[in-house]
Amino acid sequence: MAGASKAALDSRANLPFVYRQYSPEQLRQVLHKMYLIRRFEEGAEECYMRGLIHGTMHLSIGQEASAMGICMPLAEDDQITSTHRGHGHCIAKGAEVSRMFAEFFGKTTGYCKGRGGSMHIADVAKGNLGANGIVAGGIPIAVGAALSSKMMKTGKVVVSFFGDGANNEGAFHEALNMAAIWKLPVIFVCENNGYGMSTSTARSTAVKNIAERAAAYSMPGVIVNGNIFSEVAEASFKAVERARAGEGPTLIESKTYRHRGHSKSDRNRYRTKEEIEDWMANRDPITLFETELRDFGFIDDQGIQAIRDAVAKEIADGIEFAKESPAPEIATLENYVYTEQA
Amino acid sequence: MDAAVRELSYAQAIQEAMAIAMDMDERVFLMGEDIGVYGGAFQVTGDLVERYGTDRVIDTPISELGGAGVAVGAAVTGMRPIFEFQFSDFATLGMEQIVNQAAKMRFMLGGEVSVPVVMRFPAGSGTGAAAQHSQSLEAWLGHVPGLKVIQPATPHDAKGMLLAAIADPDPVMIFEHKLLYKMKGHVPEGHYTVPIGKAEIRREGRDLTIVATSIMVQKALDAAAALEGEGIDIEVVDLRTIRPIDRQTVIDSVKKTSRLLCVYEAVKTLGIGAEVSALVAESEAFDYLDAPIVRLGGAETPIPYNPDLEKATVPQVPDIIAAARDLVKGVR
Repeated sequence: MAGASKAALDSRANLPFVYRQYSPEQLRQVLHKMYLIRRFEEGAEECYMRGLIHGTMHLSIGQEASAMGICMPLAEDDQITSTHRGHGHCIAKGAEVSRMFAEFFGKTTGYCKGRGGSMHIADVAKGNLGANGIVAGGIPIAVGAALSSKMMKTGKVVVSFFGDGANNEGAFHEALNMAAIWKLPVIFVCENNGYGMSTSTARSTAVKNIAERAAAYSMPGVIVNGNIFSEVAEASFKAVERARAGEGPTLIESKTYRHRGHSKSDRNRYRTKEEIEDWMANRDPITLFETELRDFGFIDDQGIQAIRDAVAKEIADGIEFAKESPAPEIATLENYVYTEQA
Repeated sequence: MDAAVRELSYAQAIQEAMAIAMDMDERVFLMGEDIGVYGGAFQVTGDLVERYGTDRVIDTPISELGGAGVAVGAAVTGMRPIFEFQFSDFATLGMEQIVNQAAKMRFMLGGEVSVPVVMRFPAGSGTGAAAQHSQSLEAWLGHVPGLKVIQPATPHDAKGMLLAAIADPDPVMIFEHKLLYKMKGHVPEGHYTVPIGKAEIRREGRDLTIVATSIMVQKALDAAAALEGEGIDIEVVDLRTIRPIDRQTVIDSVKKTSRLLCVYEAVKTLGIGAEVSALVAESEAFDYLDAPIVRLGGAETPIPYNPDLEKATVPQVPDIIAAARDLVKGVR
């Protein structure tokens, strides 16, 4: 917390965790990135509506505090595995929106050179080992990455993001068990947004809280309000400390909500309009964090407007970059299947 | 002992390859069920745990899906795991990680990663283990771009191809027929590789090409020896790799002999024999054919328990002799 005077620190003593742990500039950056995630997804959605992006996408609008809070204590070379709802994780781990847009547009300048699209977005240089189209597919891979960290003594911590749907997959249970018996530096983050596609957790899951499943694997199970940045970041901070100290994995259940449907085909018939509007109006993670920042004196209206303007420009520039980027040549179709091919 | 004639069993050859790889490269490690003090269900890892310790010879829980995924994750992040499925049948439990993750990760990420994982699959029938411990599923994996799939048929190739697989930057699936584990043969000392994607002509001949895989290579050689007395001269091609398949060696052989018999243990329909037949039919070798192409594969049934039924399920030497004789004599 370079630069913070003792008086400033004292004045923060009663504030929530992140306001004591991180500098005002770092926290304004968090707000910037939360806006970047939100506007990126809105921009992607609009491009999809206009026919500029094909396929489908799974938007995490409403879950920005979860992605940002979990990634807050991670170092640049720490790693994550992500999910089909992974745009926020990718940006939170440090990706550039221009190259993400380019990927969605199927261009060679995209993170996956147009081969992956939304569902496989990755940024390996920043430690994002990739989103995944298979529910729970990334969880054992994260455990493998953590095994590498332990064997090579790199000190890296690995975070595996997954949704509530994944906690009923066998891979979840097998992976948590192995991480626990081998005390690996991995953090399992269940972003519980209440629905696995259309099926609510109440209908799909025998336990009330997914964090309870941690007990079966002798690891801490922590429940946080996934829409409150400080709560998520604090839980993540503790889990990262524990992992780095060689004490093993943690399961964090981040309870949140997606404002949009599961994917572009969703007609939202399994939840009420009132429910959605209630979450949007009363528990929007960006509004909650922005209000706290303002109330605690970390930012003023002018500062917020400056962030919104900067983000709007970044998004517009990113879309422009994607539009202007070259499409892959058909002749390169078989590239990247095998290493010797390209 | 004279190195030139040193003999090892197929299982010992694999174990030696793993030990050499671990000596050469500290990133190489082994994972699997009961591969530590137990030595592996078929004693392939044997006493490696005593030599390399439990950090590098890791007993996993009975979690094929999770275990395969851990191996994939370790491979992507810099290690060189060798994951043993206790029986190839258990590939069914790990299929998600093999097919959706290992095979596609490099492609999906636009070449940003490689997945240098080796998965070993003890395969095949003949042990009385019945329907869930006797299958030959290599063609399933051979259908997946991004994987390489090999079936060494001799101790020499088992060691050399495994060392090639470990050095390969992409996922390599190695199918080891359980009945071959005790087969003895010449195995050179030290490090050497046998290339993936290259078939081997085990016996030269002019009347008929038999393209065989795995244990069927030896059976084809036995059949060829038996038919020698009848004046039938058989060429035996050991395919060795089913993805990427060595088209040219097969095509050249058929152009020479004008007849093709495919012999493999897996269920006949939609198997490797169909692929070999088709690649010949699509090539210039088609014009050289003097007889229809014939496939000898496994029966359209799960592997039964009863030993006589079990034998009858997969091609045996007399079946190969009969099919080869009919083909050459024009009965077919």
